[in-house]
Amino acid sequence: MSLNVELPPTRTLPPEKPLRLLDNAGHAVTGRDTGGFALPELDTLVELYRRMVVARRFDVQVTALTRQGRLATYPSALGQEACEIGAVSALDAEDWLFPTYRESIALLTRGIDPAEILVAFRGDWHNGYDQRAHRTAAQATPLATQALHAVGLAHAARLRHDPIATLTFLGDGATSEGDAHEAFNFAAVWQTPTVFFVQNNQYAISVPLARQTRARTLADKAVGYGMPGYHVDGNDVAAVYAVTRAAVERARAGHGPTFIEGVTYRVESHTNSDDPTRYRQAREVEHWKRRDPIERLEKYLVSEGALGDELRAEIAEAADGLAARTREAMSAEPHVSPLELFDHVYAAPRRQLAEQRERLAAELEASGGVR
Amino acid sequence: MSALAEAAPAPEPLAAPKPVTMAAALNRALRDAMAEDDRVVVYGEDVGPLGGVFRVTDGLQADFGEERIWDSPLAEAGIVGTAVGMAMYGLRPVVEMQFDAFSYPAFEQIVSHVAKMRNRTKGRLPLPMVIRIPCAGAIGGVEHHSDSSEAYWTATPGLTVVTPSNPADAYSMLREAIASDDPVVFMEPKSRYWAKAELALPVETAPMDRALVLREGTDVTLLAYGPTVTTALDAATAAAEEGLSIEVVDLRSLSPFDDETVGRSVRKTSRAAVIHEAAQFGGYGAEVAARVTERNFHWLAEPVLRIAGFDIPYPSPKLEAFHLPTADRVLQALAAWDWDLA
Repeated sequence: MSLNVELPPTRTLPPEKPLRLLDNAGHAVTGRDTGGFALPELDTLVELYRRMVVARRFDVQVTALTRQGRLATYPSALGQEACEIGAVSALDAEDWLFPTYRESIALLTRGIDPAEILVAFRGDWHNGYDQRAHRTAAQATPLATQALHAVGLAHAARLRHDPIATLTFLGDGATSEGDAHEAFNFAAVWQTPTVFFVQNNQYAISVPLARQTRARTLADKAVGYGMPGYHVDGNDVAAVYAVTRAAVERARAGHGPTFIEGVTYRVESHTNSDDPTRYRQAREVEHWKRRDPIERLEKYLVSEGALGDELRAEIAEAADGLAARTREAMSAEPHVSPLELFDHVYAAPRRQLAEQRERLAAELEASGGVR
Repeated sequence: MSALAEAAPAPEPLAAPKPVTMAAALNRALRDAMAEDDRVVVYGEDVGPLGGVFRVTDGLQADFGEERIWDSPLAEAGIVGTAVGMAMYGLRPVVEMQFDAFSYPAFEQIVSHVAKMRNRTKGRLPLPMVIRIPCAGAIGGVEHHSDSSEAYWTATPGLTVVTPSNPADAYSMLREAIASDDPVVFMEPKSRYWAKAELALPVETAPMDRALVLREGTDVTLLAYGPTVTTALDAATAAAEEGLSIEVVDLRSLSPFDDETVGRSVRKTSRAAVIHEAAQFGGYGAEVAARVTERNFHWLAEPVLRIAGFDIPYPSPKLEAFHLPTADRVLQALAAWDWDLA
């Protein structure tokens, strides 16, 4: 899936009109708006479509399960599939991904089991998958903090002469955090193989982008750090994939970090406990729903004759199967072990924790044994 | 013998002891750790050509090159946050905070990630890293250069917090901190950087999680750490002239706390006081006093005393002498006890 697009070491601001390869009607874009990027191969686009459809089915299913009380909370990424699936699909297995709490569908695309993804939201533990096996850091909650981890790991890999890239997701609100600034700057100064993918979904919980920045685009910020910045239509998975893939290849080749802003929209509420009717208009949501990333690619694939009934049925079956597995996993009694609370705090055993563990064990014993 | 000493190759033949400062001992510890293990990398502000503002990294960049030790941008959250990523990848970063109060921008990274990563990933992502923090005062520093931040770190589960008081411990404890699979906040008392001891490096001392009895006594146990160990020893010397026998315990490890060594001493003397530069209210001494009392109440003749800084922001240079606990202040505090009960 190599595209061999060389990103220019840009010192100029990106065009205000987002870079796109497919327009909202599903037509291939030509000319300046493509930024010189070519549309990915058809089989790549079909695979991206399949992943987006499956991801949405998962997202909708988990939102429903959360409303039923099966999960403590769930930050949906509905409407952001092009950013999450497009960017993660541009990574290879040996690259490292640094997700936030909104990246469940990105984790799914990374090949992580749904039940393991949802451990944190179910409240069973803080994180539930094997970070090393999947080369995916634990979902970060404190905003922008994980961007520094992505820079540090990338630098360590470079010191070890391992040609890998790291990609971290950030939200529009997170670009206001000091850690975001420090991560951009460290990455640029050290020329680390890092891709910063900012999903500009227009809201930080309830606060709109205009209250986060006076910059024309978030990608404008890249210039000040001395790295290329791309302002991309985040509902065009073809553009997201092509630009991210080029940025990842550029990183691996030793040419340093890239900043990508995907302009998209958080169709759902922040989490199930949020009430978006208090801060945004229904017609705004409708406007963005008409710019759905899956429908856009679907139109293109149909026009190219690449999406027939058989393939649709096959994808739908895969999506339904995943949803069923997710329902099943979330209806099983959650397994939590109170005594494990003490087991992972330190590598070196501490008597203090051993004493407290014994105390809890005695309490559990008195109340009828470990649950 | 420490775990490190057991694992490490046999030390070179001992050189003749010579006067060594704590700064030089720390420098040697970094040098030896870097030479033995190429996963050890060192970075921070001014640690490269300058050798650190306290010269702890003096000469290391010249000998190990910029891929092992380098100057980072001036941003402490960035320094600690990138070290998290490096440790995740298997390196053993040793980062410097330059001055204690300048560690505060890194507070979130230390508390939310350094301390918690191992636990939240059930041990899959341990973070073997050392955060060196030159700490405490008595160096005539202007504001923000003399804080004692230990209680912030000791109140955070997941961190190991140690502080040496002399050159020999500085060497051995830093070696152990770097070898540890847990993240360590390594607090270096600035006022002791230039104090010398007769040493032949490398040395072996007790494991870094143990307190050490530095002076034996029978009447009072003084619990001190970092810069106040010297204060306690001075107080013990002065008290001896008046017939009062003081035992001085250097806590060394603030988290974990060595209940065993401290308990043994307190049960012997039946009186204890803890000394620190940091403000008293909510300070580390409160934990020490509570802990020692809970575990040794029936052996105690008096409440455990805290001899600490006043509950004020750290004073300016001309006023710091009035704030810091001195040997005189320690002796006055001990005199307030009812000695007839003994």
